[in-house]
This record gives sequence, structure tokens and C-alpha cells, in this order.
Amino acid sequence: MADEKDREETAVAEFHKKIKEAFEVFDHESNNTVDVREIGTIIRSLGCCPSEGELHDLIAELEEEEPTGYIRFEKFLPVMTEILLERRYRPIPEDVLLRAFEVLDTAKRGFLTKDELIKYMTEEGEPFSQEEMEEMLSAAIDPESNSINYKDYISMMVIDEN
Amino acid sequence: HKCSGSGTGKAPLSLRAVLIIQNWFRGYRARLKARQQYALTIFQSIEYADEQDQIQLCNFFTFMLENYKHIRKEEIELSQLTESKLDMMDKQDYVDLIDVPDSYQGPRLQFPLTCADIDLLLEAFKGKQILHARYVLEVLFETKKLLKQMPNFTQIQTSPSKEVTVCGDLHGKLDDLFLIFYKNGLPSGSNPYVFNGDFVDRGRNSMEVLMILCVSFLKNKTYSISYLQIHGKKILQTLEELYTWLPIGTIIDNEILVVHGGISETTDLNLLHRLERNKMKSVLMPPKEINKDYNTDSKHSKLGVTISAHGRIKASGLSSEHLPKHEWEQVIDILWSDPRGKKGCFPNTGRGGGCYFGPDITSKILNKFQLKMIIRSHECKPEGYEICHGGKVVTIFSASNYYEEDSNRGAYVKLCSGTNPRFFQYQVTDATCFQPLHQRVSTMENSAIKILRERMISRKSDLIHAFQHQDRRKSGKLPVSQWAFCMESILGLNLPWRSLSSNLVIIDQNGNVEYMSSFRNIHIEKPIKEANSALVETLYRYRSDLEIIFNAIDTDHSGLISMEEFHAMWKLFSSHYNLHIDNSQVNKIANMMDLNRDGSIDFTEFLKAFYVVHKYETMVKPEATNLA
Repeated sequence: MADEKDREETAVAEFHKKIKEAFEVFDHESNNTVDVREIGTIIRSLGCCPSEGELHDLIAELEEEEPTGYIRFEKFLPVMTEILLERRYRPIPEDVLLRAFEVLDTAKRGFLTKDELIKYMTEEGEPFSQEEMEEMLSAAIDPESNSINYKDYISMMVIDEN
Repeated sequence: HKCSGSGTGKAPLSLRAVLIIQNWFRGYRARLKARQQYALTIFQSIEYADEQDQIQLCNFFTFMLENYKHIRKEEIELSQLTESKLDMMDKQDYVDLIDVPDSYQGPRLQFPLTCADIDLLLEAFKGKQILHARYVLEVLFETKKLLKQMPNFTQIQTSPSKEVTVCGDLHGKLDDLFLIFYKNGLPSGSNPYVFNGDFVDRGRNSMEVLMILCVSFLKNKTYSISYLQIHGKKILQTLEELYTWLPIGTIIDNEILVVHGGISETTDLNLLHRLERNKMKSVLMPPKEINKDYNTDSKHSKLGVTISAHGRIKASGLSSEHLPKHEWEQVIDILWSDPRGKKGCFPNTGRGGGCYFGPDITSKILNKFQLKMIIRSHECKPEGYEICHGGKVVTIFSASNYYEEDSNRGAYVKLCSGTNPRFFQYQVTDATCFQPLHQRVSTMENSAIKILRERMISRKSDLIHAFQHQDRRKSGKLPVSQWAFCMESILGLNLPWRSLSSNLVIIDQNGNVEYMSSFRNIHIEKPIKEANSALVETLYRYRSDLEIIFNAIDTDHSGLISMEEFHAMWKLFSSHYNLHIDNSQVNKIANMMDLNRDGSIDFTEFLKAFYVVHKYETMVKPEATNLA
């Protein structure tokens, strides 16, 4: 029992340091605050994948009574530690991602056209902004066929991350 | 937030698929941005750490110049190239010593300069021609002469037909300067410019930038100002004098203060107007005590530098040549401070000099001297400029892609009384800027990690010593936290080590670091096999310092120094930097460098041989670790 408690305490201490590091990199003023618009990036850089809706709720929890546009580290640390301990917002496994693309590829061609992808991503679910759409296209699209071979795209992204 | 399907009949399966893809992409994109930010943090912390290293080098330079007198048997001894001697020499005498051969293809300048000369120089540099040393010296002499006549603060008045353009750091980036002139026109009487410091160093074309600015200044009195970081070697002495004469700052329309760094709570403009700026011999040296034996064992200067020379510098008789301490501190604050959001004034621990000043300090000082705004540079900003302190402080940075391709934009600002400042941004583009985000981030990240690993290899022995000290069981592994602690304390860099660990070292399934794995695919190529690794590391770490010092000793520019000179210099160097290197090792190296046994060392060959070999040019990536 004591051993387990020790291990949990060490795990928490390590999480704290990890969270602090990730936070500090975006703390441009060196005053323990970050711009609220960077919170999503920080949380995701720590390996979590909340949806936009979930992120929205988290930010509401992290903001001050009177929102200042900045999030303080003192507030961020306990919330983020909890998320990591509970292993919330787990990332999407590669095979699930591949199946998602296959679902959209109703004709089972092995690719999606540029227009199809744009329509899905910007009109449904939690729609992409123009910037997000452009970024996905710049990496995913094969300029000759104007289509996205999603299997290759996923492989490429996975290699890049690893 | 919106969460929509495109119709009531839409199968929920496809909606779920879309959500999955969007969620994954946003996570991926965020991790790219974080990696980009990590790379920038690495670049910036190494940059600031290097600035502190330069302090050591400058201290050593002074120490060396004062102690190194009797080695060279040649006529012009290094220690005699003092300001008084150069002043006594007529410029014509000095420059006339230099002949421009007929075979010289580069631009030939006529003094006094004309507009044609500026165009000639610009075209020449665009065509990658080299300017002959004689013209370089002439330009520097003329510039120095003109600067001496100027007050500490240049006063400029704007008018509707005469806006002034303020540019920030250029860092020797010639392409950015060309771009600015192309967008905004060449400097002239009706198109004045202020260049707010850091025009040179780091960029590949520092001399060209300096020449263009000096020539523009001579022709048009472009108000070139302040703070010059110099890495030029052969013309070092002349440049050193020139920059002591650069004005401290500029005041525009009696309401805008333009300085390189910023202010502190004690900034006194009246004092700054009055002081003798040329007595600021180097920004990086603390003023000496007057008439005291200056025992420099482990003395911490204001800039937090340990000067640990095992000698004494007699400072008697030098009091008239240096600024008194309180004046020196005022100038340091102007040149090194950074604005921050936190109220108050705190020592600038990142730089080792100047302070961090808050919005309350800005208001106080602006009110005190009836000014409205401060324009400063000194910090790289992603958009090329940044406004803070409620609009009262503007940072302007003019070197785009400063750290790496695509790291940031450059900007300049145009001012005219009665109107708001107008900002113009640009970026020197390359084909790479049209690459997708993940490739640009990859490039930047690889570059940052490479620099970091080279840092590590230069401290390899110290790092291994620290790791082994922590690794009681001699397992070759350490928990991440201990590894991170060692890295930070030995390298002195405040970086997110845990987040970077997977790029630097192999981590096993238990989350432990195999600390020797960092050094596996990278080593310093040794010029001589027999040299032991500690010595090699030391020489590697100080190689750029050594190169500068060697070049200063080599007054006839032959590329050779005598064995005697080498020994004397090495003795000074190692005692100053407190290096514990066995003398016999050094002798061995020196003897081996004398390849043809004629008693002289070709040091450029020697130093060139120290380069870091990266076994694989792309990063060797260890197994991915799962977070949490």
C-alpha cells in the first residue's frame, strides 16, 4: 500500500513537472500566465485530444471570474493533473482513424476527392476554419489527381510524429 | 460551438467519422505548433546563453591585450593599437598603406561619397562581390569622424512630407535590408531611416550590411544608431572604436524615444545626454576599479559572470578612459533591457544584463521626461513587431527568418507626427515557405535539435560525470527527472527537457533514460587522433573564441602563428577560463600542429578540423513513448 502511494506521488510529481514545462514554453511574459488561445495547443501537446466542445468547457473552467484573456498556471495545474491522472481525452488510434476515412469513402475507392473532403470537414461535425482546412489540404492532397489517398496520408503523419 | 449534420436523414456513422478525423487533425496540428514553439525556445535560450559567453570573451580579450605585450617581435604590437595611436596617424597615412591592385574587380569608392557610390555598393553586393579592405577602412574612418560630431541622442523632426522609418535588428541579413530598401526606398534627405542596433553579427553578410549603412549615413545622414555586436576579425580594432562613437539613441519629434533595449526604473535621460559615450569601451565589460589591484578571482560582475583569472590587473591610470560605474549601468540598461507584463523592475536573468521593466516603469519614465512612446528592438518577434504596455512600447525587429527558415517575419515602422505609426511586415521567402506546415516545423525542429546536440557534445565529459554521479547502481539509466536535472544544470539552459527528451535520448518502457545514447551518433572529428577527449571538447567549445583570438595575434594575416605565441596564448586562455588541461597534452597538440616542423602553426587548418560529425543527417529517432 505504501509502495503504491509512493508511486502515485512520484507520478503526480512527474506530471506536475511535465505540465509546467509545456506551460512555460507558451508563457511569453514569464509571469505564469498564457494567452487563452494557446490553452488548446498546450493541452494537446501533453498528449490529450479533447474535442472542440470539451475544450470550450475546459476553458470556461480555467478562466477567471471576470475573463482576462489569460489563464493562470495556478488554475491550470490541478485541472491538467486530474486530466492526465484520469487519462481523459485519449488520442485516436491509427486504425480507428483509417476506418473513419473509409466510412466517408462510400464508393470504396481508396481516396477522397478534394471537394468531398472540404465539404465534410467544413460543413459537418465541428467544422474546420479556413486555415485548418488549408493546412490539411497542403499536406494531404496529391496535386496531380486533386485527391487524398488517406492511407498514405495517415502513414506519413504517423511517421512524422514518431 | 457548432455541431451539425447536413440533414436529418444523415447516418450518425458518418458524423462520428467526421468528428474523429477533425479531432485527430486538431490534436496533430496543436502538437506541430508546440514543436515549433519548442524549437524557437531552444534557439532563443542558446542565443541568450551565447551572449553571456561573449561577455567572457570580451573580458579575456582585455586581459590578453594587457598581459600579452612582449611576445610578438614585429613592429606593430597588438597592445600599441590604442586609440591615441590611431588618432595620431593621419587617416591618409594608414589607408595609403593599403594598395588596391588593378586586378580588383569589386566596387571602387570615391571620397567624398556620392549617390552613385551607394548604388554601386548595392549592386556589387547583390552580385556577391567583395569590397576591398582599403575601402572598408576608408568608410569606417569617415563614419567615425562624422559620428564623433554627433550628440548622444540624435534629434529628428518629422513632417507630412518627411516620415522617418525605424528598423530594428538586422543581424547581418542583407536580403532583409535589400527588401526594406525595395519596399520603402533608399535612404535620403526626404526619406530618413533610423537603424536601431544589432545590424551585424550572426547573419552571413554582416560586413556588407555595415558598409551599406555606413555609406548611406555618410551620404545622407541616415541616423544610424547604437549597439553593435561585432564578430569581424581583421578590422576589429577600427570597428571597436567606431562603435563607441555610435549615439546611444534617437528622439523623434521630442516625444518618441528610440533605444535598442529599453529602460529601467532609474533611467535618467539627462545623465545619458551628458555622459561621454565613447568611454564605453565595451558594453560587455564592467568598469574597473580606480587605482586598485583588481583581484579577479571568482568575482561576479553585475552581469553575473565569473571572472576567474589567476592574475591581477593593475588598473591604475585608466580611470580617465572609462565611464564611472553609475553611468556605465545607465547605458547597459538602455541597451539590454526587455519589457514584460509584470509591474516593477527586475534583473534581466535571461540576458545577464539590464532589467525586465513593467508597464508602470514605462509610464513613470515617459511622464518624467515628457515623452509618449518607446520604440526598441533587441527581441525577435514572430510578426516582426509587437506593441505592449498599453501602446507605449513598440518592439521592432527587422531580420526575418532569424532563427531558421520561417521562424518569423521582419518589420519596420513609419512615423509622422500627428498620425499613428504604420507598420510594414515582410519575409524573405524561399521555395520552402510554400511547404506544408509539418515539413516547415520538421526543418526548424531538426535544426534546433542539431544545435542543442552540438551543445551537449561540447560538454560531454561534464554531462557524463553528472549522470554517473546520479546513477548509483551504474545501470546506465536514470529516471527522466534526474536526467533533466543534470542537463539543465550542466548546460545552463532553461528548456522543457521532458518534452524534448524523446528527441535527444533513448527512453525505455519504464520511462527511464539511457543517458549514454545521446552521444552515440554524434562525435567531434579530431584533427589529431592522440588528443584526449576532454581537451578536444574544450577546444571545440571555445573554437570560435579561439579563432578570434588567433586572428588578433596574427597581425600580418599570414594564417600562421609561432609556437611561442601559441604557448603563451594558450597559457593565458586556460588560466582565464579556469581550464584544467594538462600542459603536456597541449604541448603534444602544438607539436603535432606544426606539420612541417618549421616552428609555426597553421591554426586555421587546425581549427577547421574541429567539426561535429552527425552520423545520420536526419535525426535518429528512438522508439516513440506513450505520454501519460
